[in-house]
Amino acid sequence: MRQLDTALGLGAVRGPLGRIIKIGLYALVVFVFAGPLLALLVSAFGRVTDPTKLSLIPHDLTLDNFRTAVDQGVLHYLANSLIVVGGGLLLQMAVSVTAAYALARKQFPGVRLILFLILSTMMLPEEILAIPLSLVLSDVPIVHVNLVGSLAGMIVPVGAWAFAILVMTEFMRDVPIELEEAARIDGAGDLRIFWSVILPVCRPALGVLGIFGFTMIWDQYILPLLVASDAQQFTLALALRSLRADEQVGTGVLIASALLALLPSVVVFLALQRQFMRGLTSGAIKG
Amino acid sequence: MTTTLAAPPDRVRAAPAARRRKLSTNTSAWLWLAPALILFALFKFVPMARAISMSFQEVRPYLGDRWVGLDNYRTVLGDEAFRAAAGHTVVLALGETLGSIVVGLALALLLEGTARHLWFVRTVVFLPTVTAMAVVAALWRILYYPAPDGALNSVLGWIGLGPGQYLDSPHTSLWSVMAVGIWRGAPYDMMIFIAGLAGVDRTLYEAAAADGAGPLRRLWHVAFPAMRAVFGIVLTLAAIRGLRVFTEIFLLTNGGPNGSTEVVMTLVYKLGLERNELGVASAGSMLLLVATVGLTLLAQLLRRRS
Repeated sequence: MRQLDTALGLGAVRGPLGRIIKIGLYALVVFVFAGPLLALLVSAFGRVTDPTKLSLIPHDLTLDNFRTAVDQGVLHYLANSLIVVGGGLLLQMAVSVTAAYALARKQFPGVRLILFLILSTMMLPEEILAIPLSLVLSDVPIVHVNLVGSLAGMIVPVGAWAFAILVMTEFMRDVPIELEEAARIDGAGDLRIFWSVILPVCRPALGVLGIFGFTMIWDQYILPLLVASDAQQFTLALALRSLRADEQVGTGVLIASALLALLPSVVVFLALQRQFMRGLTSGAIKG
Repeated sequence: MTTTLAAPPDRVRAAPAARRRKLSTNTSAWLWLAPALILFALFKFVPMARAISMSFQEVRPYLGDRWVGLDNYRTVLGDEAFRAAAGHTVVLALGETLGSIVVGLALALLLEGTARHLWFVRTVVFLPTVTAMAVVAALWRILYYPAPDGALNSVLGWIGLGPGQYLDSPHTSLWSVMAVGIWRGAPYDMMIFIAGLAGVDRTLYEAAAADGAGPLRRLWHVAFPAMRAVFGIVLTLAAIRGLRVFTEIFLLTNGGPNGSTEVVMTLVYKLGLERNELGVASAGSMLLLVATVGLTLLAQLLRRRS
């Protein structure tokens, strides 16, 4: 009964006409969703004569757009973006795994309250907190540091991400207690157990955290907008707006820069998409 | 006799040790939690508390803030621009939610299955969702170029549709922004729907087919009822996504032309960071927060019940 594998039973559609319709539909879907991104890729390498046109067919291949983009300092913005995403991801993972270790593996009074407090921040969209956050960033309470105008201001706040802690806590709960007890009998302390027993088992979850964290940080716009005080701290995402506003630069440079901002997320997604899909569906349906 | 005599001292000796052990587990647990707690306090809870308190105050730098009660809320709710922005936000949230669900469901039904070519098409279709909003906005600004030889106008020209103004006309700007939101959001919904469809009991399809039901009736009577929970979740998630929209508006139109795409978040941003009316801006974002939290709780309720 192969035909009943799917709700509409499209797998069972046979015959030349049915095939043609099916292939036509797939082509349309790919054209609509991937066409614009492909046009970006192709056009970045083309000589842009008309500032309005994107092209799916390569012609007049050239690296001029990238050369001009480099002259405009795009490599600096790219470097900023990479520093922010690298630092932010490291911090976010470190914070999430340590917190998850306590929340999943230790029993102490208040554990439920803490988990609730952390998860409740999922209801606080960062856009809504933007204005008070900008005040906090210019004078961080207790330590009284001004993070505005430094890349650190874009890195430190992304460390606190409830979704990452949730994914990690759920995963660590499922690690069998026997593993930990065996290590404890061998005289291992918390740190050792965390590092050599729990973390290695959690490698798949770390993959999920990595890709979701990367996508989340790479997509950040409002936080860099609040933090950057001048173009020196622009990430590539912020730079796209100022490049657009600059008539003299031309669309070619904008397209080339947009491609540079697009590629890392596509590469990371394609490399880790199996984990991504699993995390997405389990997060949406179970979590 | 000896055991009962021996027992009490034992217990007395054991108690402080146990307490000490417990105390040290507690402290170590808090140590493990400390980095997260500090970051959450500084960048989530402190801003949250500030937002609440600012929404009841006239914020005056260097002069000290002045308590004004509900005045900020009254100002915001009485402001025509805010009411218009709230209307746009609701239209946008509704349109993007329903659009993403319809398109996402259609995609899911078309691309459901285990064949390798389906997996490929699904991956390709999903790319807009992982693309950063800044890139999406830059790309669509170019696609929407309003001249007859702009990219989208050229494509529409093939099928004989006239050139549109898209983002540049107040009549089409909100719909154009909505279309971008659907383009980016539908693939996400598709993946959740595909996961939902995968959970439908296959034998039910066979039973329906044995009863003579065609594909459409199978969909309506078997697949959809089985996915009720998934619909509820997708609906609320998408609505929450729609309410807090900021980046795409900021980058595509910045509220223009003529305020036709101004939403609550872009207005709040302008009030707070450009006009420095922090109190009124905070009141506006508090109202949006209440809506978001309400929707989130509704989603939780739906999830519990399913």
